Amino acid sequence: MSADQTTSSPALKEWPLWEVFVRSKQGLEHKHCGSLHACDSQHALQMARDVYTRRQEGVSIWVVQSSSIAASEPNDKSEFFEPSSDKVYRHPTFYEIPSEVGHM
Amino acid sequence: MSAAQSAMNSDADTSARPAALASNNSLPIDYLLHLADNALVLGQRNAEWSGHGPILEEDIALSNNSLDLVGQARLLYQEAAAQLGNGATEDTLAFFRDVPDFKNYTLLELPHHPPLAGTSASDRDFATTLVRNFLYSALMVLVWDKLQHAPHAQLAAIAAKSLKEVRYHLRHSRDWLLRMGDGTAESHGRAQAAVNHLMPYTQEFWTSTQYESEAAKATGLDMASLQSDWNQIVDQALAEATLKRPAAGGFIPTGKHSIHSEHLGFMLAEMQSLPRAHPNATW
Amino acid sequence: MYTQSFNVPDASDTSNAVATAALKSVPKALTEAEVALQAQFDARIDADGKVEPRDWMPEAYRKTLVRQISQHAHSEIVGMLPEANWISRAPSLKRKAILIAKVQDEGGHGLYLYSAAETLGTSRDQMLDALHSGKAKYSSIFNYPTLNWADVGVIGWLVDGAAIMNQIPLCRCSYGPYARAMIRVCKEESFHQRQGYEALLVMMQGTAEQKAMVQDAVNRWWWKCLAMLGPPDADSPNSVQGMRWGIKRISNDDLRQKFVDATVPQAKILGVTLPDPDLKWNEERQHHDYGQIDWDEFWATVNGNGPCNKERLGARVKAWNDGQWVRDAAVAHANKQAQRQAQKNLKEAA
Repeated sequence: MSADQTTSSPALKEWPLWEVFVRSKQGLEHKHCGSLHACDSQHALQMARDVYTRRQEGVSIWVVQSSSIAASEPNDKSEFFEPSSDKVYRHPTFYEIPSEVGHM
Repeated sequence: MSAAQSAMNSDADTSARPAALASNNSLPIDYLLHLADNALVLGQRNAEWSGHGPILEEDIALSNNSLDLVGQARLLYQEAAAQLGNGATEDTLAFFRDVPDFKNYTLLELPHHPPLAGTSASDRDFATTLVRNFLYSALMVLVWDKLQHAPHAQLAAIAAKSLKEVRYHLRHSRDWLLRMGDGTAESHGRAQAAVNHLMPYTQEFWTSTQYESEAAKATGLDMASLQSDWNQIVDQALAEATLKRPAAGGFIPTGKHSIHSEHLGFMLAEMQSLPRAHPNATW
Repeated sequence: MYTQSFNVPDASDTSNAVATAALKSVPKALTEAEVALQAQFDARIDADGKVEPRDWMPEAYRKTLVRQISQHAHSEIVGMLPEANWISRAPSLKRKAILIAKVQDEGGHGLYLYSAAETLGTSRDQMLDALHSGKAKYSSIFNYPTLNWADVGVIGWLVDGAAIMNQIPLCRCSYGPYARAMIRVCKEESFHQRQGYEALLVMMQGTAEQKAMVQDAVNRWWWKCLAMLGPPDADSPNSVQGMRWGIKRISNDDLRQKFVDATVPQAKILGVTLPDPDLKWNEERQHHDYGQIDWDEFWATVNGNGPCNKERLGARVKAWNDGQWVRDAAVAHANKQAQRQAQKNLKEAA
């Protein structure tokens, strides 16, 4: 981590969403299999192992916070609209709303 | 690296092979039942969370834990049944023995809540569950690590499989110990209460029974030798979790001597009711 | 496990209005861009293509999917309860292990489905809020009690059997994440049905009491499972739009007929009687005729007046509320760790 991380990221209020990628055998790539909620990456990895691999041996698991993924704009939309965001999908928690605004 | 650390670490394996040992054909039945009863009773307790966990992901984690334990129990009962012969099966041992025949640690039969009498009703407390899982898993990583080198081939195989599972259980419960101890004021309070309640029950790990001494001749495992490593695992985790270890002392339970708390009777009544109502049925 | 009866509108919808409005082209004036995007979307659906999270989609399509997928997810987790009811009393260690695994699988299925729904712009918290407040529904089959051990086997055989009939076509549904979740679910679900059936087979070869248990369970669950596949097509306004969008592939009545035809021979092998005096093979139609379903009872249960509605929802709400401190602890701990790491970085940089 760089010296720029002087302030920690905004405090969590709920368990963030993580995307899970699993490589089931050596030689294959990691495949996206779904998501889950966890509070930190260790927890996410453990849960992913329980849920998406049913504790198989020898699998490799990657977890990434969904809000960290940058995604490209699909072709059809880009013809008509400016890119609205680069998030992997429109999840209500990916955008920080000040608490004064209330539930949205 | 301490033996405790290596037992927790899947890569290193520094436990030494025991020297001259008795024949590896049989083990004291009571010892196998003690190991099996531990697994079954705790598996039964952890399964009680199915459908009621604090978040879906943890429901799955606890069910997984329970399934591992029931699986261990099955293998151990099957081994005991094979030794007993005479029509004994995993199910006759699990469902047709009474409370005074069970050899599990009292710690494992306790309901998921602070101290209450057998007929008191109470909510399930996640802290009690996870602290108990931690204290037991910390012991079993050490036990299975030693037993995987036992000359008794089947026990060694069961131990090797169980060791992989209990390392996972230990990591899961230890992580929760930290989240609760070093989380919110409420979680800290609950975790500390659970530690205070459950720690005295672990004294039973270090008392001795006839069958454990007998088994030690065949397996090379002397439980007393694990105590300092267990203390190390526990003290380190408690410190990181900002929790205090209660002063030593308090009633020393006798579950593995077959004298249990009030809770086991209720658990077995429920667990055994159906096969006992239909003693000649196959399921 | 899921039922098609969950193309039942939420308390907030009015079924006919939503369905027919969605059928017509979007009422308010569309921009040129939206017209083009709608046309592209329609063409993709017609070509059996997949829609993915970032693709343009009509708002009604997105809303329908959120409702359907989340209700499917809720069904899985509520469905854990009637079966978990028998874990502590399973009559053998093997059955206990099988049941724990099954209930765990159902939790996992719920998770895959919540995960698919979240790609559509809703969050787990929002979906659970809808469930707990009674706004969102779950499969009504789980509002019935499991009264004896054979119920567990019958649920595997009949309820999962009906669910599989519904779920297999969903593996080809137009929305990518839902289709992929369903493929995972279907792989695991066939085990469940087989294990349930096998448990019943053993009992039907057992004691008189065991046989009576199985017959009793079948008598209580048979009609409920038929109704589970959803109201007759004439009474299912959402079906048409669902078909148009590639979300729903087969009509309720067709599924029901398939289910009956598949199950009758299975019942014969078991040696149980299906409690329908009108059930018989029709040579002309090459299908089984069956009797009248009590739709009043079905709707009464869907609308909250079944035997276990309050208990099921109560259990879910309690688990959520009781678990608040646990979830809060994990969040607090994660924040503390993040703070410590940030301070550590500061120090190291200095």
